[in-house]
Amino acid sequence: MTEVERKALAAELLKSIHAPHYGPGESHVEIHGGKVVGMSLVEGLEVVSESMDVDDGEGVRVRIRVPQGIKIEKPVHLCFGMVGERGLQKIELDVELEDRASVMFQAHCTFPRALDISHLMDARIVVGEGARYRYVEKHIHGPSGGVTVVPKTRVKVKKGGQFYNEFYLIEGSAGIVEIDYEVESEAESSVDMRAFLYGKSNDRIKIREAARLNGENAVTALITHIALKDTAQADVLNELYALAPGARGHVDCKEIVQGKAVARAVPVVQVEHPAAHVTHEAAIGSVDSKQLQTLMARGLTEEEATDLIIRGLFSDKDWEVPL
Amino acid sequence: MSILSLKNITLVKGEKTILHDITLDIWEGYVHAVVGPNGAGKSSLAAVIMGLSGFRDITGDILFENRSIVSLSVDARARLGITLAWQEPARFEGISVFEYIRFSAKRKTLEDVRKALQLLGLDPDRYARRKVDQTLSGGERKRVELAAIAAMEPKLVLLDEPDSGVDIEAVERIFAMIQALKEKGTTVVLITHSAEVLKQADHAFLLCNGSLVRKGETARILPYFARECYPCVHPNAPVLKEVEAV
Repeated sequence: MTEVERKALAAELLKSIHAPHYGPGESHVEIHGGKVVGMSLVEGLEVVSESMDVDDGEGVRVRIRVPQGIKIEKPVHLCFGMVGERGLQKIELDVELEDRASVMFQAHCTFPRALDISHLMDARIVVGEGARYRYVEKHIHGPSGGVTVVPKTRVKVKKGGQFYNEFYLIEGSAGIVEIDYEVESEAESSVDMRAFLYGKSNDRIKIREAARLNGENAVTALITHIALKDTAQADVLNELYALAPGARGHVDCKEIVQGKAVARAVPVVQVEHPAAHVTHEAAIGSVDSKQLQTLMARGLTEEEATDLIIRGLFSDKDWEVPL
Repeated sequence: MSILSLKNITLVKGEKTILHDITLDIWEGYVHAVVGPNGAGKSSLAAVIMGLSGFRDITGDILFENRSIVSLSVDARARLGITLAWQEPARFEGISVFEYIRFSAKRKTLEDVRKALQLLGLDPDRYARRKVDQTLSGGERKRVELAAIAAMEPKLVLLDEPDSGVDIEAVERIFAMIQALKEKGTTVVLITHSAEVLKQADHAFLLCNGSLVRKGETARILPYFARECYPCVHPNAPVLKEVEAV
């Protein structure tokens, strides 16, 4: 691939996420298929990549390291995607934050013209002692739903570390989504995982989020908000295991179902120490009639009112998590 | 001039007649009250006028500005200029006060939202970014709802128990808002069983057990309401010995 071709692909990826420019001092990495097509890094952030062989597709291994005590002040932008209609993108991501390091990733996964694309992510993340990791991932899919997204992530959060993960798939058609996150957390650590998805037409969404609070006073929140319409289906499995004194966790799963969509939610909460505490709440139902009629009584159509209610379900806010 | 006319409205749910043959005219630009004890059918009447789900299957006709609206949906009625403020307003997770009011009043500016909040005694700098969810108290939520109504500038507003769940200071603000709406030409219909709220109205309709039993100037209805309705054991009220038996 020539330099001109690389730049053209990077530009097309960024155009599809409406982010043609990044601010000064902001690191960014663009990966199309199995190739890094753009990269700019600030000092202290180490990114090493290599292409890997994948049957019927393209693959890339990416290793990201933030050394001990280094704080990356501005967001690091990651853009993964394929601008064509068909293909397979496999990414192996290895992230290590050494002790007291901090970083915030703003990731986009974009498949704007997908008819048959698979995006497989296999991630291993280690958050060192007292380190802070924040990762916000937004998916942008085309309207046809021809994407299969399978992110599998294994996380270890060491003593006093903070892990925050947010996953959005609310634009375009989700296609097939199979999220599988597992987190092991040590003493005094905090873990906060949120997933917001909007399933339409024949989308199939499976989410498994599991957290094991192994250390004293470790806290975790697992939040999943899903809206479904048409014949979309979603299965959500939230698992929370509190194994140490003072460990506290909360599971929140809300699903709004319209049309012939089907939603299932299974919270598994397990407490293995008398001084640990875990709560869960799950609500699945149609759009609240009173909310809907209130907005319609202001002149919004039923569709506009539903969109606003669902937008609220997906809004980024300070959740009242009873930790 | 009448802005809204109800013609022989009857609402039956199951075997129970909720509203029985109600005929009345709401005059444009005035503050009206629909009064009566709990269970008299006041809120049902408001729901019928607004066309809410469960209150559409009626007999009779409703004319708004001389046009029948019984076949219109809630939002179509709202777009004609009718709106309703619920006794207990809905809460909206994730939606800010600013967004809520803006969506309630299409094409309104930030300044319009600020004015509406100030009218209800809510500091815009404190409230605009807050969510319309359980973090607002009942009284705050009520005032946000009324601010949304003020911003919407409807032709006719139905305010269901506007004083419920709010403190005395807020009640004064709400009364001032009612008069401000009137000055702007909005027709107001207060749904209430409170004599204090009734005093805000120019004209009142007294409902009892689903029927319209009195109508006239508030000065005439108020003494009758206080004399006959307060001490009345309404048919819908539970008999004391039945309550004790439970």
